[in-house]
Amino acid sequence: MILFLEQTLNGLQFGLTLFLPAAGLTLVFGIMGIINLAHGSLYMVGAMAGALAATRWGSFLVGTGIALVASAIIGVIIEAAILRRLYDRAHLSQVGATFALILIIDGLATVIVGRQPLFVGVPQALNTAITLVPGLSYPAYRLLVIGVGVLVALGLYLIVGYTRVGMLIRAGATDREMVRALGIDIRLIYTIVFALGALLAGLAGMMASPILAVQVGMGEHILIVTFVVVVIGGMGSIRGAFVGAMLVGLVDTLTHAYAPTMLKRFMAASDADALGAGFSSIAIYLLMALVLIVKPQGLVAAPGFQS
Amino acid sequence: MLNGFLLVASIGVGVSVPVIAKAIGDPALIPLATRIVIAAIAAASLNLLVGFGGLVSLGHAAFFGLGGYTVAISYSNAISGERFWGFLPGTQQLLVTAPLAMLVGGSAAAVIGAMAMRTRGVQFIMITLAFAQMIFFIVLSLKAYGGEDGLSIRQRNNLGSFSLSDDTIMYFVSLSIMIACFAAMGRLKNSHFGRVLDGIRQNERRMIALGVETFSYKVAAFTIAGMGAGLSGALFANLMRFVSPDMLHWTKSGELLIMVILGGVGNLFGPLAGAIVFICLETLFSSLTEYWQPLVGAVILFIVLMPGNGLVGLVGGRGRGA
Repeated sequence: MILFLEQTLNGLQFGLTLFLPAAGLTLVFGIMGIINLAHGSLYMVGAMAGALAATRWGSFLVGTGIALVASAIIGVIIEAAILRRLYDRAHLSQVGATFALILIIDGLATVIVGRQPLFVGVPQALNTAITLVPGLSYPAYRLLVIGVGVLVALGLYLIVGYTRVGMLIRAGATDREMVRALGIDIRLIYTIVFALGALLAGLAGMMASPILAVQVGMGEHILIVTFVVVVIGGMGSIRGAFVGAMLVGLVDTLTHAYAPTMLKRFMAASDADALGAGFSSIAIYLLMALVLIVKPQGLVAAPGFQS
Repeated sequence: MLNGFLLVASIGVGVSVPVIAKAIGDPALIPLATRIVIAAIAAASLNLLVGFGGLVSLGHAAFFGLGGYTVAISYSNAISGERFWGFLPGTQQLLVTAPLAMLVGGSAAAVIGAMAMRTRGVQFIMITLAFAQMIFFIVLSLKAYGGEDGLSIRQRNNLGSFSLSDDTIMYFVSLSIMIACFAAMGRLKNSHFGRVLDGIRQNERRMIALGVETFSYKVAAFTIAGMGAGLSGALFANLMRFVSPDMLHWTKSGELLIMVILGGVGNLFGPLAGAIVFICLETLFSSLTEYWQPLVGAVILFIVLMPGNGLVGLVGGRGRGA
């Protein structure tokens, strides 16, 4: 039971780390109608900039600040220099251009940072475990990640639901042309949304940096899982991204924790380990297939969304 | 007319590659040309989806890889005498492994296509990518067949009584298969099936209103494309004498898509042009610097952002906008 609780917390933590890039991706798609394969690269940029800064100045907080600034700046540059030319083009051009962007950003990262993974320590103050219930002590840093994720989700909910910018974002997602016709500078909204998405991706990268190895290629891995999250949740819906991220985080973590043990009841230990590992690495894709069969539009279809 | 001319010209150049290689004394040219030819087959099969049907799939490498693994597993079973799933004996005969690779690639594509075609647009792109990633992980977990390390094929397949071990024979076999594939694609494009696909690309809703059951056409196109990729993968495994999960990596899918874009979407011979440009760029830049990726990326970005439709569209002026 204690183990189950711990794994559930791990799942929530992974889910919330996924929610940050997924929210950005789904926003960018919902408002701008653009598919951005380089979203994972922004996650990597955040993690790398943050890791370098945290090592240089010895402060995780400074690192986080730099991570946010760096990913947002790169995001704005990408939007203004490249994506802006692609809004009216077919998805294929967007895929081609953003794939090329991955090659460029990853390549430059290899030149600047190198191929060795960077390591970031957990901040000193959080390098403890907190006893949640008797018998279950959980790393404080992971609790912080959960807290930050929940705060961001809440913040996004409030911004999108209750502010003027949020209203414009929702209006833009429903009918871009109408918003433009009403005299709103939609370009500015695009830039804001893209910068916000980049910032969230960078934040996710930084939060993950003490847990994962920071290296070239980390962005692509998270990108594909983020796609799964967005497809499960429903394109263009932040609430969907949240639901999808939680589901994917929990399913992935729990199958990794339990599939080999469960299978050991039916077969030899070595076979069970191999099959269990295989099954748990594809579990989220099976979940996606299942959702597709039941609800092709995703669990929470955004209002006014048309593919 | 233009296509006919291009066809004759490219066959002429293609046939003379071994002669040129001998003349300039660079035998490495033949495997390079073989790689291009094999990539062109995979890109042509993807062009059927992307160019003819407007279905942007970002998971094509999965079928390419499955084709390669079909050859490798058949080889390893032929050597060890084991049987796949207890009844399928191994073989080193290309006349068996190539159709088998098409069958495997096509079946996987039929299953994935039937699910992915429930969505469209951006969702379709993401779903094809995600399913391909799933197959990547399955192959990665096949410890019996090398897992992460991949699987070597000590000796290339035989075609009838000829061995493909000779690079020139390998090249001509691949070239002939490529020509056959392009001929088939040309026929397909002008057939009833091709016209329906074109209609779906232009306006699917209108096709449905005309009473066309578009779903089955799309799944059929996806299946044929999977077969083409499987065939290409089988040849690639023979060429490299090695398969690894890298063949199924999603960046391979991206590269195939880039070849289609470079060559001009929907152009019959575009994939060949795209494969030539992409592989030559990659070879050129990687011989110059260790950090070739951003250079290739920059060139691709430039071509994609240019108005017009890839390189063939630029030259022939007959391409349609991407």
